[in-house]
Amino acid sequence: MTGDELIWRIAGGSGDGIDSTSQNFTKALMRTGLDVFTHRHYPSRIRGGHTYVEVRAADHAVKSRGDGYDFLLALGDSFARNPQDGEAYYGNEEVKPLTENLDELREGGVIVYDEGLLDTDEVENFDERVEANDWHVYPLDLRSLAREHGREIMRNTAGVAATAALIDMDTGIFEELMADTMSGEMLETNVEVLEEAHAVVSEMEFTHDLEVPTGSHDEEQVLLNGSHAVAYGAIDEGCRFIAGYPMTPWTDVFTIMTQHLPSIGGISEQVEDEIAAASLAIGASHAGVKAMSGSSGGGFALMSEPLGLAEMTETPLVLVEAMRAGPSTGMPTKPEQGDLEHILYTSQGDSNRVVFAPGTVAEAYEQSREAFRVAYEYQIPVVIVIDQKLSGELASVPASHFDREPNPDLGSVLSEEEIQEAPHHASGTFNRFRHDPEDGVSPRSIPGQKDGRFLATGNEHTPQGHIEESPDNRVAQVDRRTRKLDSIREDLDEQEHSNQTYYGPEDAEHGIMVWGSQQGSVEEAVDRLNEQGESVKMLGVSDLMPYPKADVTAFLESVDECLVVEMNITAQFRGLTQKELGRFGEKMSSLLKYNGNPFEPAEVVEGFDIQVNGGDEPPTAQTRIEPAAGD
Amino acid sequence: MSKSFSAIGQAEQGEEIDREAFTPGIEPQATWCPGCGDFSVLKALKGAMPEVGRTPDETLLVTGIGCSGKLNSYFESYAMHSIHGRSLPIARAAKLANPGLEVIAAGGDGDGYGIGGNHFMHTARENHDMTYIVFDNEIFGLTKGQTSPTSPKGHESKTQPHGSAKDPIRPLSLALTSGASYVARTAAVNPRQATEILTEAIEHDGFAHVDFLTQCPTWNKDAKQYVPYTDVQDSEDFDFDVHDRQEAAEMMHETEDKLYEGEVLTGRFYIDEDRRSYGEEKRSTGEMPEEPLAERYFDEEADWERSYDLLDAHK
Ligand SMILES: Cc1ncc(C[n+]2csc(CCOP(=O)(O)OP(=O)(O)O)c2C)c(N)n1
Ligand code: SF4
Ligand SMILES: [Mg+2]
Repeated sequence: MTGDELIWRIAGGSGDGIDSTSQNFTKALMRTGLDVFTHRHYPSRIRGGHTYVEVRAADHAVKSRGDGYDFLLALGDSFARNPQDGEAYYGNEEVKPLTENLDELREGGVIVYDEGLLDTDEVENFDERVEANDWHVYPLDLRSLAREHGREIMRNTAGVAATAALIDMDTGIFEELMADTMSGEMLETNVEVLEEAHAVVSEMEFTHDLEVPTGSHDEEQVLLNGSHAVAYGAIDEGCRFIAGYPMTPWTDVFTIMTQHLPSIGGISEQVEDEIAAASLAIGASHAGVKAMSGSSGGGFALMSEPLGLAEMTETPLVLVEAMRAGPSTGMPTKPEQGDLEHILYTSQGDSNRVVFAPGTVAEAYEQSREAFRVAYEYQIPVVIVIDQKLSGELASVPASHFDREPNPDLGSVLSEEEIQEAPHHASGTFNRFRHDPEDGVSPRSIPGQKDGRFLATGNEHTPQGHIEESPDNRVAQVDRRTRKLDSIREDLDEQEHSNQTYYGPEDAEHGIMVWGSQQGSVEEAVDRLNEQGESVKMLGVSDLMPYPKADVTAFLESVDECLVVEMNITAQFRGLTQKELGRFGEKMSSLLKYNGNPFEPAEVVEGFDIQVNGGDEPPTAQTRIEPAAGD
Repeated sequence: MSKSFSAIGQAEQGEEIDREAFTPGIEPQATWCPGCGDFSVLKALKGAMPEVGRTPDETLLVTGIGCSGKLNSYFESYAMHSIHGRSLPIARAAKLANPGLEVIAAGGDGDGYGIGGNHFMHTARENHDMTYIVFDNEIFGLTKGQTSPTSPKGHESKTQPHGSAKDPIRPLSLALTSGASYVARTAAVNPRQATEILTEAIEHDGFAHVDFLTQCPTWNKDAKQYVPYTDVQDSEDFDFDVHDRQEAAEMMHETEDKLYEGEVLTGRFYIDEDRRSYGEEKRSTGEMPEEPLAERYFDEEADWERSYDLLDAHK
């Protein structure tokens, strides 16, 4: 087994602390100098139901969950609903921490399971599979170990200790981590369980040769997910107001902001519904505060009308759309990229908004900052699109990435002195919505400023804000508002760092395009394909509106053909690209996935092989290929 | 007086306020029909502002959609004419963002009690320090006369051709149970009382709800023209304590019933001066800054916290 990478999976029941245990384990690996990346799988259920978290750690950069995994820690599910007799709709839940996780375990992998709670006799063909795959199995009575030295719930701790012993890590780093979050008796007993379990397992005879890789970082790393990154970008841009209504997975961004805002002088409002949430953000922004709101698909649908109001009144607004699988309630805890068209086109009239879809945790921070800058400079709504994958997966990022100056600037707002100088109508009203600004941006005033009064209305309006339907005024205002998108495109193109990500050899023959959260898996696939002798490069697109026509055109012109990878069935991003560019239909084919799980690099490699090399294997049952037009 | 928002607190500095200041320099021709009750709301509001002592530059008037929503086209101040039913969430956030502003929301009975009913309930519940004027003409005016939440049972319109089977909503009772700390009803035909009530409502520190009976001569000819009206405070026939929730509730119930029997009762129905406004509540739990948040963006000396300093939990 290669020593440079470890993928550990902890499986158990929802509500059994799998999430926090895995987070600590991830941090421990990061602190030893490894790059880490996690993947969460959980049901839309609070107590019980099979859940797992995968932690990938390597001495090199890791950008995806990887393919398969090497180490399973199977804990019990305290809330499992098992059939009393006969068959039950959800099957035997008790044993799911084992049964649900065997398919992806690599050859030669390790299995540790809690024999106090799990019985391999209940797992079909267990012994045969173990033998066929050369798995190394360590049954341990974790429950009793925990009970003996502490309390039963500490079986997670015992499991971590067992893992550590089996991959040759000592307990010190875990004790440090525990001391960060616990104290007193709680800490003492946990440490005791940890040390005991480690000692017991260390005594055992090992048959496997899997070990934790060793690595080192040049600089300090921090472990965070896409939701943290979006929230921190907002904080650094001076956002001090959030309004929201809970909905998975958007709730994470909302909660993180709410945790910090009061202590940094901000305001968070949990309100009656998403229409209110978006409306509050508009009200706060109108009154001169940098504000945001957001939701997931269903709640974002409710924000449709306020979004249009912000466009028409040119009130800066930042919304987060954390996608999950739809339509309707869909699969609340599963990622999908099916909301793209919803986000681009929802709300009546011509769309007049900006949409960014960051591809990584680091990009989520950058583009959250960019979203605020653009929204306030150009007085336009900006939507940051993430999904259940990016919002929840943890990755190590250099701490220095966040060592930046804050930018609380309100953008195109006049000071009271500037208002006195600014054009006013003969009636004395400030010309808030002038026809003439070349870049489309007519600076605004803020209520409470002297002589800056204006009417902001969702109706078409004159430069003073009065309702007006004359054709000339209409054309002038529509043209100006639409002009802002051209200005934003130019502005983004002039930035030192493009929001688009290029990966792979520049002169490659083949292209893969991707948007949003699937970028990391594609990058790893590109590496593998090139190692296999293919000639492939990637373009990860984050700017969805205004569309980066020049970037994408240049990329598509430079390759013979291009596979577009996205997580939906209708190939929405490929459709957008074709609509925006009006050509390349014959060059772009799609690799699609919509089963609720993100792409693994191997699936992209395989899809590429089938589409480009005409590999005769059909795609896995879990992905689907849409050939190019005329193919 | 605020440095960045010098309009705020102007009047406190002794500046005289003329009601004409609230008339736009060039007034757009009103789109309201002749005889429409909406003119009276405009007039009463213009009359109230100098009494309250606030200037156009420190006032934010947020309206919904409907004939009523046009109010801020004819009233000079900072203003947002928003979308149908959403004036309240916009207005209350503006108040949180800058408590120095005088924030007033307004809209129709359809706007406030129908499509925006959820916001009405919650804004009252939270007791934001603002005023909400509902133009109650018992009809959808702008969309040409459909039955509204306050139309009487049996009301016939093109959308309820056999007569509405629904009892009308009880706006005063709804405000009370939801948590409003000032609840009144006035009528377009009663300009003096209307100005007084609006003045009190704006001065009240909490959510003040004014159900303003406005006749719609165009679509609601058959409706009571709200005359003669009775002021429950002036009348010998009514004796209840506006500070007593129980008594207020009974009085409201009676008032709501009587309206549809042809007797127009107006006045103050509930006043709670002790309930803290939402802003005060939030400040007391440390969830809202002491200084107006909007000021901070103009303060060049302000310190802005960075996420970099929040990273300890991630190491
Ligand atoms: C979301 C939405 N639905 C419907 C409308 C159409 N509409 C405009 S005003 C209105 C009702 C107006 O009635 P009311 O709120 O009582 O105001 P009034 O005109 O009587 O003052 C309706 C249904 C709209 N503008 N927006
Ligand atoms: S339709 Fe009725 S409410 Fe609307 S302006 Fe005319 S009279 Fe007034
Ligand atoms: Mg009405």
